[in-house]
Amino acid sequence: MRFLMYEVDNRASANTPPSPALMAEMGKLIEETTKAGILLATGGLGPNPTRVRSSGGKVAITDGPFTEAKELTGGFALVEVKTKEEAIEWAKRFRKIVGDGESVIQEVFGG
Amino acid sequence: MLQSVAVTAADAHRAIDAVWRIESPRLIAGLTRIVRDVGLAEELAQDALVAAVEQWPESGVPDNPGAWLMATAKHRAIDRLRRNARLERKREEIGRELEAAQKMATAVPESGGDFGDDLLRLVFIACHPVLSTEARVALTLRLLGGLSTEEIARAFLVPESTVAQRIVRAKRTLTAANVPFEVPAASDLEARLASVLEVIYLVFNEGYSATAGDDWMRPALCLDALRLGRLVAELLPREPEAHGLVALMEIQASRTKARVGPAGEPILLLDQNRGQWDQLLIRRGLAALERAEALGGALGPYALQAAIAACHARARTGEETDWAQIAALYDALAQLAHSPVVELNRAVAYGMAFGPAAGLELADALVSEPALKSYHLLPSVRGDLLAKLGRPDEARSEFERAAALTRNARERDLLLERAAACSRS
Repeated sequence: MRFLMYEVDNRASANTPPSPALMAEMGKLIEETTKAGILLATGGLGPNPTRVRSSGGKVAITDGPFTEAKELTGGFALVEVKTKEEAIEWAKRFRKIVGDGESVIQEVFGG
Repeated sequence: MLQSVAVTAADAHRAIDAVWRIESPRLIAGLTRIVRDVGLAEELAQDALVAAVEQWPESGVPDNPGAWLMATAKHRAIDRLRRNARLERKREEIGRELEAAQKMATAVPESGGDFGDDLLRLVFIACHPVLSTEARVALTLRLLGGLSTEEIARAFLVPESTVAQRIVRAKRTLTAANVPFEVPAASDLEARLASVLEVIYLVFNEGYSATAGDDWMRPALCLDALRLGRLVAELLPREPEAHGLVALMEIQASRTKARVGPAGEPILLLDQNRGQWDQLLIRRGLAALERAEALGGALGPYALQAAIAACHARARTGEETDWAQIAALYDALAQLAHSPVVELNRAVAYGMAFGPAAGLELADALVSEPALKSYHLLPSVRGDLLAKLGRPDEARSEFERAAALTRNARERDLLLERAAACSRS
């Protein structure tokens, strides 16, 4: 089963760059999940998202940041594991490193 | 209320399973280093698992479950050592090591410790040449894949007791042979690594085209193999063949969805909807192949097979396939690792690159090959080439022979259908 894990946040601080210590811890976790053979893809997300909205056949473009709503921040990881619980266990390890905040895990169905 | 308790307990067990899958290889590896006996190490790890199953549903999963399991297993080890006369001789020696290990465990946070070396030693023990191939497969899945005996039995369609027996005997053999817990010396590494990669690819292939049963594929087994392959490649980053095998498996696995039809029937490579190929796995496979080649391993047997798979992966349509390149790669593979099965694949590539007559010439040379006597793919390939040459009667009887030889129900259906199509043409 594949799961996409990402962080959602609405704090202004979400756009501040991570500390070197945090980067080092993240590096270790990425190495560990790579070694475990479960990390398929991962990446960091840029700070200013753009929204592309369609309504009644019209498309509207708005540039972020969107302080009023929770948005994807930080980064994402696509993992391949046997159960949802396994994905949760990895997400717990990730949260322990990054501190307060919220991650979302969603199953990804085959393309 | 009762129901919610039951749900919570079930949730807890699933959470424990997940932790076990993540932690058990490192746990067993670390314990083997301490007690110098992989069988005992696994028992201790199991003891820790039992303790977790007893305690976690009440207490919740601890903050650092890996460290918890290790600490619990070490306590059990000390208990056992106190009780077990069998290990009396070793007691002092192991006691000292345990003490040292415990000191280390408190001094170094578990997440910061490097388990890589222990894991690698465990890989080489589980795939040790003193064991039969079947035993290596069972032990590898059990110790490194975190699979239960029941899961292994289900994957290979054998009774659970058979797998349990294999594992018990394998552990006994390792103890009796006094197999050291070490990474092989450089002079031995290539041969020992080949044995490891063989086990992993065997697991992959059993999942990729099951030799028996009603399902043509068992994708979960492919994923287990991929996971093991990625692990070994990361543990031995300088070994090109480890990356070659990963490349081969990633690219083959990229076709998982496309190679089975809605009714579970196999779909041949050239008939597959390439839009269903998993581009992420293809990219990972091509990257792994590049790593193998950059390490000077382009001509390794797995790297060559991966390069062949890559030719297919790069072609956006079947017509775009570079068959001449594939034929050349099979030539290289046949020189390196001559086998009737490679020859048969070479025949297929020649048939595509240089016409069915060229392919049939190679395939015909294999008819008297004893190793292929009951191999269904030989008549299947010959049937295909004969059909292309406009010889439907001969083609039909080849497909029928192939259908009678395969043990896989889905494949049999496909072959009988092709036989019937010959009668119609």
